[in-house]
Amino acid sequence: MTELLRGLPPLLAAHLELALVALVLGTAISMPLAIAASSRPRLAAAAIAVTGIIQTVPGLALLALMVPVLASIGAPPFGFAPALVALTLYALLPIMRNAVTGLQGVDPAAVEAATGMGMSRGQVMRLVQLPLAAPVIAAGIRTAAVWTVGAATLATPVGQACLGNYIFTGLQTRNFAMLLAGVAAAAALALTLDAILAAVEVALAGRRRSRAWIPLAALALFVAIIVGVLPRAIASSGVDVVAVRPDAAKRQAITHVRIGAKTFTEQYVLAELVRARLAAAGISAELAQSLGSNVIFDALVRGDVDVYVDYTGTLWTNVMHRASGPARWQVLAEIEGWLAHEYGIRSFALGFENTYAIAVRRDTAQKLDLHTLADLARVAPRLSLGADYEFLGRAEWASVVRAYGVHFARSATFDPALLYEAVERGEVDAISAFSSDGRIAANDLATLADPAGALPPYDATILLGARVADDPRVTCALAPLHVPVELMRQANAMVDRDKQSASTAAAWLLARIDAPACDR
Amino acid sequence: MIELASVVKRFGNALAVKGVSLTVAKGEFVAVLGESGSGKTTLVKMINRLVEPDAGVVRVAGKDVRGEDVVALRRRIGYVIQHIGLLPHLTVADNVATVPRLLGWTDSAIAARVEELLQLVGLPDVGARYPEQLSGGQRQRIGVARALAAKPELLLLDEPLGALDPITRLGLQRELARIHKELGLTSVMVTHDMVEAFTLADRIAVMFRGELRQVATPHELATQPADEYVAKLVGLARDQAELVRSLA
Repeated sequence: MTELLRGLPPLLAAHLELALVALVLGTAISMPLAIAASSRPRLAAAAIAVTGIIQTVPGLALLALMVPVLASIGAPPFGFAPALVALTLYALLPIMRNAVTGLQGVDPAAVEAATGMGMSRGQVMRLVQLPLAAPVIAAGIRTAAVWTVGAATLATPVGQACLGNYIFTGLQTRNFAMLLAGVAAAAALALTLDAILAAVEVALAGRRRSRAWIPLAALALFVAIIVGVLPRAIASSGVDVVAVRPDAAKRQAITHVRIGAKTFTEQYVLAELVRARLAAAGISAELAQSLGSNVIFDALVRGDVDVYVDYTGTLWTNVMHRASGPARWQVLAEIEGWLAHEYGIRSFALGFENTYAIAVRRDTAQKLDLHTLADLARVAPRLSLGADYEFLGRAEWASVVRAYGVHFARSATFDPALLYEAVERGEVDAISAFSSDGRIAANDLATLADPAGALPPYDATILLGARVADDPRVTCALAPLHVPVELMRQANAMVDRDKQSASTAAAWLLARIDAPACDR
Repeated sequence: MIELASVVKRFGNALAVKGVSLTVAKGEFVAVLGESGSGKTTLVKMINRLVEPDAGVVRVAGKDVRGEDVVALRRRIGYVIQHIGLLPHLTVADNVATVPRLLGWTDSAIAARVEELLQLVGLPDVGARYPEQLSGGQRQRIGVARALAAKPELLLLDEPLGALDPITRLGLQRELARIHKELGLTSVMVTHDMVEAFTLADRIAVMFRGELRQVATPHELATQPADEYVAKLVGLARDQAELVRSLA
């Protein structure tokens, strides 16, 4: 529990910083537009329509969309930048809408009197319209603040540290204490900001405007504590905190490494394993967790991430765009050569497979006499399939359909964390599963054989980005890692079933695999 | 002091002001009388360029207003409107001080002027209050004080008393007459109230459907109406007065 709370302040700080910068930028963009639009009804309608359309894009999709968009214009597509752009876009509508409404709602008599008295247009705006619309504008900024703090939790998959790290990790590893800590912190942050901005709004609506400085000072203090003081206090107490990103592409001995992880338990455990090995070699590391499958490889290529674990099948189909077919060893060898040649990336196989498999409940398998995917194809028209977000859209599934002619009566997508429960409860009859997942054994599931070889091999492989690929200490620490699938499954189950932390499972794993120490 | 020469104003296809000429002498109080839609407000707004004429010339103190800086022109002309338009987030004193502040007066000069004006409109103690704490009549007095803040020689009043109850209204009419005389102002007031025009004005300009029907002293208007419309207006006022008298 204390470990949980100690990890929170840096995430809280990063979260608040991200949300506030987005809010300030959103205000800076919205206000001039709203002022220009307040006397031009057509511009106002257009601006509100466009920002309204942005608002209808789901937050997660908008954030994910920023990655290719930023990459295409040559901006950093990973981490702070895409999160900031997406959240800024998100903040535009409430600020703009309230500002336009507020400015249009200013008593026309006040504007006429001010104009007739000899105020210039700018003076009328500054001295009459803006002050009179201020409470409505403040209400818009307040709405945007709450939205932005909420949506910022979705910045995790694009590589930006935020409270979403706790929420995503908690969800994937079924660590509900962690999930709740993330949710509660985000909610507390949103409520506090809302309360402070509400006080500003009230002060602006009342007669004594000067009192608006009191809540604004409270806001500044609040931000200073969360962003400035809290993480530093924790850091000085000796706990490892996410460090500042080192300058990339320095050809000196590597002292700091950025480790990436995708959005499931095994990834968290292996990332912690890598971190522990690096730490033993005297190299500090930070984790970027819960990255999207496509984001993470691009991040490695760009040098935003130095090391992560991927699976040969994924690289084979998604990155190299090859069809399934060759044997396991051949795929491994080809990928290793291709990555080194194309990107200067080194790869070391971990020695176990985590392949896609179709799993059913053991009693279902017995009742319907299911052993292979061919058996499944026979009864599939009466059954339903549950799959993770990607599976049904992936080449592997198309390949299974081609090879066995499987057609389910119904299919649904679930979060990977919920898939196993869905099949256990009979919500669906079969699921897409990962062969190294501890829950296959834990939930008494049976995986179906793939005699036609439709599913490509998925060897877990450590990938080293170009910056660290040649560093002797890094390679010495990571190259010799070999993890038997049985141990991997048990480590995964420790997290998924027994609610241990990923670092505990990694330590357990490290104690059981035979890896020589390196010179420091 | 003010000269409107054959001014025309078109709003879309409608002609709001159809070639009107009117001269106001220094120190004069002229009421522009008419029903709503007669073009009377449009005509008066041409003087401080809140409305720009499509044709014709407007001169203030002998100079064509088109050649003048519009902001500077307006700061020399006091302007009072029916809805007053006090700024609700400022105190009464700050409202009155608006134009002197825009003109960059010193704080002490502004404070002295505000006190003088509040005295003039008979509300010496309300400077620290906010507009919403005042009655309608008090607010309009502040509106007048604000219009006079930068010592204009010219005062434009657009139905300033239209929204007030009859007693308050009568009191304020007397105040306006007194202030006009005391400060030696040149005043132009838009009104639809015949009796108000008769009470206050040296001369009355009667507008009807964008045309100026007659400009005359109240006495001339009552005795020699130029046309049937003016005669009807005068007749109505007379009928009302007689009705009241017959009840006594």
